Amino acid sequence: MRIVFEKRQSVSRQAILLVPVLSFLVSLVLGAILLLMSGVNPLAAYAAMARGTFGSVYSLSETLVKAIPLMLTGLGVSIAFRMQFWNIGAEGQLVLGAVAAAWAALFLHGVIPDALLLPVAILAGMLAGACWAGVPAGLKAYLGVDETLTSLMLNYVAILLASHLYYGPWRDPQGYGFPGTAQFPAAAWLPRLWGRAHWGVAFAVIAAALLWFILNRTRWGFELKIIGENKTAAHYLGINIARNVLLALLLSGALSGLAGACEVTGISRRLQQGLSVGYGYTAIIVAWMAQLNPVAVLFVAVLMGALLVGGDQVQMMMGLPASMGLVLQGMILFPMLAGSLFTEYRLRLIRREPVAKTPTATPVPTSEVQS
Amino acid sequence: MSVLALISSILAITLRAGTSLIYATVGEIYTERSGILNLGLEGMMLMGAVTAFATAFYTKSLWLALIVAVIVGGLLAALHAFLCVTMRANQVVSGLSITLFGSGLASFLGQRLGPASNNYFLVGMVGPKFTPIQIPVLSSLPVIGAFFNQDILTYLVYLLMPLAWFYLYKTRPGLSLRAVGENPQTADAMGIDVGRTRYLYTILGGMLTGLGGAHLSLAYTPGWTENLTGGRGWIVIALVIFAMWNPGRAVLGAVLFGGINAVQFRLQAAGTAIPAAFLNMLPYLTTIFVLVVMTWWEALSKRIGAPAALGKAYMREEK
Repeated sequence: MRIVFEKRQSVSRQAILLVPVLSFLVSLVLGAILLLMSGVNPLAAYAAMARGTFGSVYSLSETLVKAIPLMLTGLGVSIAFRMQFWNIGAEGQLVLGAVAAAWAALFLHGVIPDALLLPVAILAGMLAGACWAGVPAGLKAYLGVDETLTSLMLNYVAILLASHLYYGPWRDPQGYGFPGTAQFPAAAWLPRLWGRAHWGVAFAVIAAALLWFILNRTRWGFELKIIGENKTAAHYLGINIARNVLLALLLSGALSGLAGACEVTGISRRLQQGLSVGYGYTAIIVAWMAQLNPVAVLFVAVLMGALLVGGDQVQMMMGLPASMGLVLQGMILFPMLAGSLFTEYRLRLIRREPVAKTPTATPVPTSEVQS
Repeated sequence: MSVLALISSILAITLRAGTSLIYATVGEIYTERSGILNLGLEGMMLMGAVTAFATAFYTKSLWLALIVAVIVGGLLAALHAFLCVTMRANQVVSGLSITLFGSGLASFLGQRLGPASNNYFLVGMVGPKFTPIQIPVLSSLPVIGAFFNQDILTYLVYLLMPLAWFYLYKTRPGLSLRAVGENPQTADAMGIDVGRTRYLYTILGGMLTGLGGAHLSLAYTPGWTENLTGGRGWIVIALVIFAMWNPGRAVLGAVLFGGINAVQFRLQAAGTAIPAAFLNMLPYLTTIFVLVVMTWWEALSKRIGAPAALGKAYMREEK
């Protein structure tokens, strides 16, 4: 008996839906093993997580609070990944967006009319995020420098810059030494819907709809898709690859910058410690699980937000580390990655003797995995 | 302080800071030479560091701690190899998820493995550590003495580097390894088992990376803190490019980056007007700078150092 992978003639629609759902279940089982080893009843822990994330109107707002930055950064990352551009710098783009929004909110207050303060702060955040993503994009597009590392290194630079500002020159003199700026003037507050959930969710929905439209209904979106799927073909079609990569990445960075601007104007209302909690990295999982589909990103982001809130919940109620949420997030990806093979291949069991008899009509070659 | 003593002290710190980088760099060079890109180093280093420290803390055995770190690094790498070789998953995403998972789990373990008296936290605990061993006579030489006043793991690096170079360039298995990374089709035709080779060297790379992590928590900055590696796992990816996939050159990059750490340390101690945040940015900015220069230089000289099949899954039936 041998197990072989056989290439499917078309991508399996069932597998595309089934693999993420099964992966989520597998990660829950793996997480349960970890919880058991920590001496905790996994069912009780999961029940606490579920209650704390979707159980009440308040807990739902907390889930949304975490989901909004994941939606925006997830959308940003997915447009970059679509072009095979491995932007893992969403974290830094988010942080720099927050810094720029904080700068506008703190230093343009009184300089420009109050009615403009919030829009300007948000635009400043988007612009800063776009510029920060523009550095690795430009280096890649024009000099061929590997983007994975440059985008990642810039995360650390942005985080260090932000911490320098709220520990140093921007620190609130009346803040009793707390690392953070003074509270923004009320004109720069992003309105909240209920609880702490804010209007950023509207930005995310609009951005997702816009991205969907760009990708599926415009010429530019078509060009981006071609570049992502086949660079050679794109080249022969006369598509300007460098320019398109740069533009797409500016958009990608702007979305992450928007996420940062929403965080500081909508949640903390000041630039302070604890801004960078890894949303930009989780965004990679969000984008991948959503198969880079902008609409799916919104739903996956809510799920991932729930895992983060759930991690906090088990910490409060059971004394487990909050990083349990991160571990669960990481574990979802492994079955997803392994499972992605089944969208293009299927498993076949082949008995040794009747090799000649296997009446599969498809003459598609198979590859041997193990005997 | 005399100039010689200053140089000697900077060199000593450089070597200590560079040791973990060299282990991981040599490991990743072997992995990438087989055609597998492993971006999971950061998570593997963190896992190596936390498990090594926990083992040393409870068993008081430093050697057992090293073995545990090597096994943990190897297991995570085996997962990466399974996803990338057997399941043909995207190597970038697989590596990233190893890093996410590894750093999450390391943080989780750091808050669970500690003693009950410390609320199960490992942070703040003091365990056994590797201390520098002075080699008589040699260690008292000016400047060069810095090389001979190190911990045992740094001494092992002096052995590892030439061995790794010799194995890769002067032995038959080394040749097979390079063939698999350059042209898996030809290697397959030559009778080399591509999948097995990739598994083997990915796991070997993970073991060395785990060892690098252990050096951090047992020798360089003894103990466990959240995010102990501070992005070293990522810097290693850049160092591999800097070394142009040659283990012999791994020392140059590691020393450069260790040197930046050392100089930064000195500047801070001397109380410069430059804020610490900007000094701390140096390693990251230098990495970008090095990448740009290396890319430019590589394009200029047409000497491509990267294994041609790096990052590509090998499917026997397709082409």
